[in-house]
Amino acid sequence: MIQPLFEVVDLTKRYGGNTVVSQLSFSIAPGECLGVIGPNGAGKTTTIRMCLGLTSPDSGRIRYFANGAATQNSASLSMPQDALAIKARLGIVSQFDSLDPDFSCAENLLVFGRYFGLKDAVIKERIPKLLEFAALTHKADAKLGELSGGMKRRLSLARALVNDPQLLLLDEPTTGLDPQARHLMWERLQRLVQQGKSILLTTHFMDEAERLCNRLLVLDHGKKMTEGTPRELIAQNLEPDVVEVYGAGALALVDSPLKALAARTEVSGETVFFYTADAKALLAALSEHPELRTLHRPANLEDLFLKLTGRQIREAA
Amino acid sequence: MTRDTDAAPTATPSTTAPAQTMTPSSASAAPGAPAPQPSLLRPPQISWRWWPVFRRNLLVWRKLAVPSLVGNIAEPLITLVAFGYGIGALIGQVQLNGSAVPYILFLASGSICMSAMNAASFEALYSAFSRMNVQRTWDGIMNAPVRLDDVVFAEMLWAAYKSLFTSAVILGVMLALGISHSPMLILALPLLGLVGIVFASIALIFNALAKGYDFFTYYFSLFLTPTMFLSGVFFPRDQLPGVMRVISDWLPLTAAVELIRPLFLDQWPAHGLRHLAVLAAYGVAAFWVALALTRRRFRN
Repeated sequence: MIQPLFEVVDLTKRYGGNTVVSQLSFSIAPGECLGVIGPNGAGKTTTIRMCLGLTSPDSGRIRYFANGAATQNSASLSMPQDALAIKARLGIVSQFDSLDPDFSCAENLLVFGRYFGLKDAVIKERIPKLLEFAALTHKADAKLGELSGGMKRRLSLARALVNDPQLLLLDEPTTGLDPQARHLMWERLQRLVQQGKSILLTTHFMDEAERLCNRLLVLDHGKKMTEGTPRELIAQNLEPDVVEVYGAGALALVDSPLKALAARTEVSGETVFFYTADAKALLAALSEHPELRTLHRPANLEDLFLKLTGRQIREAA
Repeated sequence: MTRDTDAAPTATPSTTAPAQTMTPSSASAAPGAPAPQPSLLRPPQISWRWWPVFRRNLLVWRKLAVPSLVGNIAEPLITLVAFGYGIGALIGQVQLNGSAVPYILFLASGSICMSAMNAASFEALYSAFSRMNVQRTWDGIMNAPVRLDDVVFAEMLWAAYKSLFTSAVILGVMLALGISHSPMLILALPLLGLVGIVFASIALIFNALAKGYDFFTYYFSLFLTPTMFLSGVFFPRDQLPGVMRVISDWLPLTAAVELIRPLFLDQWPAHGLRHLAVLAAYGVAAFWVALALTRRRFRN
């Protein structure tokens, strides 16, 4: 295996008697985008906070291998002892914007760069490129209040790049954005991966995970459920075709002979999901029920996610 | 879609950032061993990274300086003029250490200490709380290689600086009004800076404990207001009944007034070292406690 850039081994965190992260291990290679998906309360944000040294784990190890370092353990940086040295090499976009409302876009970048000990001249040279990257050149002197939600998220991303980090930790970077803003964010993140940056991304959007991530880690109740490329995970865990059936009387199908035509059936609300390797026979049988509406589609990451983590709502986030 | 691929930032890592030098972790940390929770009361770990945090507040303030300055100095000056010339006309002179002093001079020398206290307290409570809890400014800063200790230290010095600036302007107005012309007033400035440090540190304790802004009302009405009346700002302390007098002796604002009032009269303070020691002790102890409580707040 290639020497990873970042490695987490057997991470465990308990709050009182509640284990929020349990024996979690993963690593990120240089130039790789790792997606962490899981329901609310799965432990995603706690994991990121531990990676930043903001929360201390009860056990486990978090290490960063500086670029070009040999495979020797002695060349690694560990949390929490080397927190500052690691953070100097990271870019972070947290779930909630922490941009400075009193500053313009350019000032936000300047002030943040100073926290890294960068000289003003160095930061000022980077600011135009960062603003261009965030598609905010025309807003350089605009106050934060004049920015849309998507612009703020892009400014947060640009701010995370001010120290030219090797690894970006992005906690739900597109939550709350409209489709246009989300697509622009995706395009920028893909560009960063092409440049060789590594990304750790948490998300609730399966299309985002599928599009951006080389590898996915499904997390639930603090435990790793599975890990792999999006295609692999779907192929390993699901039948390739899904037929959704809904309408009056759809639920009765679960106990009808049609059930034998699918490998697996699931009910959610008023809809029946048939999972199958070959949908032909099933579709033919369904054509005799014109009152029902059917949708035939390939299995996707959302099916996988729901299979692994269940369909019940997680209210207590 | 044609986008230029060279638009993204490609800046090379700076050689000007000392924190980016590689510091391998100590071999003593056993792999996989649970990291021991460091004590909340461990000594402050201050590095020069407090400076960019201080500078951030300075940059915000420079944009808002004029309106905030008017607000900060108008109230103390109105109080001074109203009480000093109004009540002063009734009282005339106050007996201080055996000599008669015009009331306006007595009040001015006390109220400048009170202004320093109030300015530092406001900044380290309402403004610091906004940055810590509402705007999440501190969270953003700690995503960069800056320790919480540096952030708290910067906030403390910032509140003290703002307080000193306010005091200096008020002192300037007092000189212009001809209340005192003592050359020893030059010594009042560093002392007022120390008063700012002490009250900023105390206020940060309450900042660390606060759930919301309402909490600060208790601090102002239950701590700062009694302090104001017990510290000899408005009337000589020897009028206080026995127990009150003992409490008064050890209040930080008392030490401040005892140090600064004589300077207005062109005299050296009596027991100057003792009062300085009291202020220093309050400052160090309060900052340490504030830091421990803030660390606890940010632990999880």
